[in-house]
Amino acid sequence: MTREMRGRVQTVLRYVVLIVVGMFMVYPLIWMVGASFMTNQQIFSGVGFIPKSPTLDGYIRGFAGYQGMNLLYFMFNTYKFVLPKVLFTVVSSTVTAYGFARFDFPGKKFSFAVLLSTLFLPQVVLNVPQYILFDQMGWLDSYLPIVVPSLLAADTYFVYMQIQFLRGIPRELEEAAQIDGCGIMQRLWYVIVPMLKPSIVSCALFQFMWASNDFMGPLIYINTVAKYPVSIFLRMSMDADVGFEWNRVLAMSLIAIIPSLVVFFLAQDSFVDGIAAGGVKG
Amino acid sequence: MRSKARQKKYAGLYLILPWWLGFLLFKCYPFLSSLVYSFHDYNLFKTPTFLGLGNYVKILKDPLIMRAFVQTFKYAFLTVPLELGFALFIAYILNTKIKGVNFFRTAYYIPSILGGSVSIAVLWRFLFKTEGLINMLLSKIGMEPFNWLGDPDGAFWVIVLLRIWQFGSPMVIFLAALKGVSEDLYEAASIDGAGKVRQFFSITVPLITPVIFYNFVTQLCNKFQEFNGPFIITQGGPLRATTLVSLLVYNNAFRNYEMGMASAIAWLLFLIIMTLTAVSFISQKYWVYYSDEDGR
Repeated sequence: MTREMRGRVQTVLRYVVLIVVGMFMVYPLIWMVGASFMTNQQIFSGVGFIPKSPTLDGYIRGFAGYQGMNLLYFMFNTYKFVLPKVLFTVVSSTVTAYGFARFDFPGKKFSFAVLLSTLFLPQVVLNVPQYILFDQMGWLDSYLPIVVPSLLAADTYFVYMQIQFLRGIPRELEEAAQIDGCGIMQRLWYVIVPMLKPSIVSCALFQFMWASNDFMGPLIYINTVAKYPVSIFLRMSMDADVGFEWNRVLAMSLIAIIPSLVVFFLAQDSFVDGIAAGGVKG
Repeated sequence: MRSKARQKKYAGLYLILPWWLGFLLFKCYPFLSSLVYSFHDYNLFKTPTFLGLGNYVKILKDPLIMRAFVQTFKYAFLTVPLELGFALFIAYILNTKIKGVNFFRTAYYIPSILGGSVSIAVLWRFLFKTEGLINMLLSKIGMEPFNWLGDPDGAFWVIVLLRIWQFGSPMVIFLAALKGVSEDLYEAASIDGAGKVRQFFSITVPLITPVIFYNFVTQLCNKFQEFNGPFIITQGGPLRATTLVSLLVYNNAFRNYEMGMASAIAWLLFLIIMTLTAVSFISQKYWVYYSDEDGR
């Protein structure tokens, strides 16, 4: 076999692996889209994803609602805490990172060591005492336990990510701005934030995804149906419907992830850059 | 002038003050109080009584709790190597000069973005039903349908597979690291007669050990706390095969309101995670290669 031929065989082999793996990755999602338009009898009748007699039945019943609250109502609930959480995370992590990356102050080394150690603090050990704390504060059954900690930079991962990014940015511009008489907050707003944009964007994107997917937080803290986010509502309908209304459950599940999918496709590159930067530098 | 210097000295401290407050209130205080709770018989609706190590002794004597720990170890040490091995393999293929890299990267990454959502858990339950897609595919290649969710081992593999399906995020990290390995090294090696496999294990792997290490530690820490998959898809069953430790903590705390017991179980898990993380960090000096000395 010549060298050239061997190269070609290898390339073909690579594509075969990539395509086969790709099928496993994407086919379940494609099937989900197709199956949500099938009748309940069809869903388990074959491996294809194209509905033989497409029906909107699942969607119509999916939107029908539950005691006057429908799918969109619960999705709206989700974004009622996701959007403030994203905003607060961005602001608090940027300010904290600015403090760590650009200033010297007494106890800085110690503070940073504490920050790093919280990166490795498993959430499982905090769930119970945080619940008791929020109970004592009277915050249960509201979105406060989910939103307020992010105002105080509780998601340390993002602070760390922003610090790493800031360290890579030269200080000259800030020094120039300082000589021109810019104060600390002015420098942050007019110099740092514009340069930090890529990192801020990936911070916002990841928090958006994580907060919208969050299941355990609302599961523990929210117990009024009217306040359920869509994740809890879906699980509730899944448990109630198992055995009959498959297309309805699939249709609702699909609609629930559409906002995340749209955000992902609009900002794919930022996701990939963000995760790669955090990982390689970490 | 003096106050200005003072202001400058403390400026950074003011900026990180909110974080400190959040740390003390939402991390440090709960962390320490849960240690205290773990030494108490603490039902949420009664006054706590001191038990000493009572909860911990009970845990060690309870075969059902020990089983959850065993299953969690099995889960973590099965998923992490499989997921990372797969992620590295695919990243390696994607790093060669082929067309459509971005397309494949996106396709592989989508499950990681959506994987944690309840929607995907719902989908997973449909796929692995006895009459579901997976069994239909298996019957196409002549295999008997298998009751995935009804069989302890089957259900366990269903939640393992859900995790491996999300290999996209370590893959993206590996891909970025592979891009950083200089072409010259491969050229030099192939002039010296090293084949592709040899190159992979002698050049690629050693150079990206810091990233392998990072992925390993973060994934291990996550897998020991896995909750959504086993809670939503298999509900801990059948025969408690997928009752991982985090489900046990949840059941004790939020179904039975036994906060002391739940804290003790969580602390035991925490100690295990910390020990493994510490061992990983210590082991670094034997297998992780940092090109610049300032690496941690």
